[in-house]
Amino acid sequence: MQTTYKRSIVTGMVGNHAVAYAVRQAKPQVLAVYPITPQTTMLEKLSEYIDKGQLKARLIRVESEHSALASVYGAALSGARVFTATASQGLLYMTEMIYWAGGQRVPMVAAVATRAIASPWSILDDHQDIMGKRDSIWVQMSAENVQEAYDLTLMAFRISEHENVTLPVMMGFDGFILTHTMERVEVLPDEVVDQFLPERRFNLVDFDDPVGVGSVATPEDYMFYRYEAQRSMERAKRVIEDIGKDYENITGREYGLVECYMCEDADYLVISMGAWSGDARVAAQRERDKGLRAGLLKIRVFRPFPKEKVREYVRRVRGVVVMDRAVSFGSGGVLGIEVKSSSYGLDVPIHNVIGGLGGKDVRPMHIQKVLEDLSQGKLEEERWLL
Amino acid sequence: MMLMRGNAACPGCPIPRELDALLEVTGKNTVLVVPASCTTVIMGDSKGMPSKVPVIHSAFAASAAIASGVKSALDARGEKATVVVWAGDGGTGDIGFASLSGAAERNEDIIYVCYDNEAYMNTGVQRSGLTPYGAWTTTTPSGKRERKKPLPQLVAQHGVPYVATASIAYLFDYQAKIRKAKDITGFRYIHLLSPCPPGWKFDSSLTVQVAKLAVETGIWPLYEIEDGKLRLTSVSKTLLDKANRKPVVEYLKLQGRFANLSDEDVKRIQNDVDEMWEELSKIVS
Repeated sequence: MQTTYKRSIVTGMVGNHAVAYAVRQAKPQVLAVYPITPQTTMLEKLSEYIDKGQLKARLIRVESEHSALASVYGAALSGARVFTATASQGLLYMTEMIYWAGGQRVPMVAAVATRAIASPWSILDDHQDIMGKRDSIWVQMSAENVQEAYDLTLMAFRISEHENVTLPVMMGFDGFILTHTMERVEVLPDEVVDQFLPERRFNLVDFDDPVGVGSVATPEDYMFYRYEAQRSMERAKRVIEDIGKDYENITGREYGLVECYMCEDADYLVISMGAWSGDARVAAQRERDKGLRAGLLKIRVFRPFPKEKVREYVRRVRGVVVMDRAVSFGSGGVLGIEVKSSSYGLDVPIHNVIGGLGGKDVRPMHIQKVLEDLSQGKLEEERWLL
Repeated sequence: MMLMRGNAACPGCPIPRELDALLEVTGKNTVLVVPASCTTVIMGDSKGMPSKVPVIHSAFAASAAIASGVKSALDARGEKATVVVWAGDGGTGDIGFASLSGAAERNEDIIYVCYDNEAYMNTGVQRSGLTPYGAWTTTTPSGKRERKKPLPQLVAQHGVPYVATASIAYLFDYQAKIRKAKDITGFRYIHLLSPCPPGWKFDSSLTVQVAKLAVETGIWPLYEIEDGKLRLTSVSKTLLDKANRKPVVEYLKLQGRFANLSDEDVKRIQNDVDEMWEELSKIVS
């Protein structure tokens, strides 16, 4: 195995700048971003790159998020590598075009600085925005820290444009917790990224062989489009793992659909997604120190959902708690629903803890308490950390 | 013919001819961006392709933004092409107005054509912001009480390099304007009055006649605004003299949508038109 990762550059960056740095290295030709908290400093950094000639791209300074996604949709169809970013209300405002991009399976990358949704107003972090887009035919990934936000952004372009996938990709990272926190980051030299990311080939605007994109479909055609989308999602699992291995060869950092931390021999499992996986990691370690065999299964890719992997780990344990920062109201935690569905028929109790909505603080000690209650049979099926 | 025969337009619908006339001028290297509208249906389903140029169908509110992206990508690829938004009055003046205004303000290098049939025809004749005063629609059963949104003027106020009005009854004038627009860089806007036989309730053989009367009565002045200067074109040049304008009632009486107008309503519409020409005479002289 070739290990070029020694050439990584170690630096410190806030999440928004780390993602912007990855985007500069991916060399998109067209960007369209509308400012929204907590994503704004990423847009500012991208503007700066373009202003200084460090990124040769057209940044379309649109009048809304709806137009931001519409612009990159048009550009992506016409053969450009594209990027956009948003959060919260902005993601909601984009929603119509998110479905257009997913429906036509257009390769593109969007970074989502996850944030609570109004009403009432909150600019702080949770996952209600991004999880609400789970059925829009986008690959959805989630970063635990600034390093992952950088790494996943680079991988997102390659996944999106892979010929067996051709799907838009959403890279979620927690608002403020990651966007505005300075962390140690290893970035790749530009020439290494050039090797990792091949030139984009997707183009639907051909004057010699014109096609209509997004026209009216008969019921048969429409359903077939959706069937193909589902198949491409299934294929994406393998592609994401392969690309993750490629990336590991370059960086030494492992990137699968899920990440297992002390879960191989665990009795009790925490399943989580995003930044608070770091807190869950600490909680599991502390509980281990106290004699409880706890582990963490981090979901890195939410769509396509790695149900086979989840099932494989759930089947080995005595109890599971799924930590959720998003709720499907009237049903339960969104990740919890997925885990339960993936574990259908297994005789393992699965509990759902909902917390951290609208930025409400959750610490390792809260997760420790949940693990202790779980092991003592005192955890409800659904608990809210109010 | 850039748009093939046998498309799904209603009898007497001017859209296929209007679109074809546009493509005759802009040629093979044209990308059409079409938001939800009658043209979505006319273009047929995903199996067929009645146009000989690439067509990007789009969500209602998104077309000017999509076109901005298409043009940016083609520029990045070094491809010379004309990007045209082809949108109805709703997609332009109502739900699409924000992205239209954004693209105009950014002076995007695209041509935006609004084919204005003065209501939401594709959903079955509901009122739009561009439905004229007094007109029947299914959501204004006793006639619209508000005036038509002055869209060409609103776009011109953005300071874009080229704005023009046109009519299918004056084809050479329309095509001359597209030709001119094609050679200008920046945001170009053409507003095309597009009579709709079922929506306006006139016989489908009368489309061109209705379009012609809209111009001859002065209701639809033909002009272009270049670098902020308005110039009347074609027959409209002769209409500054009121004596040359036919009474508006000749235009109104052909259309079932105006059947319930009172004499007072007709007088009001005539007054509005006369006042508009007063204004025009101040601008052009």
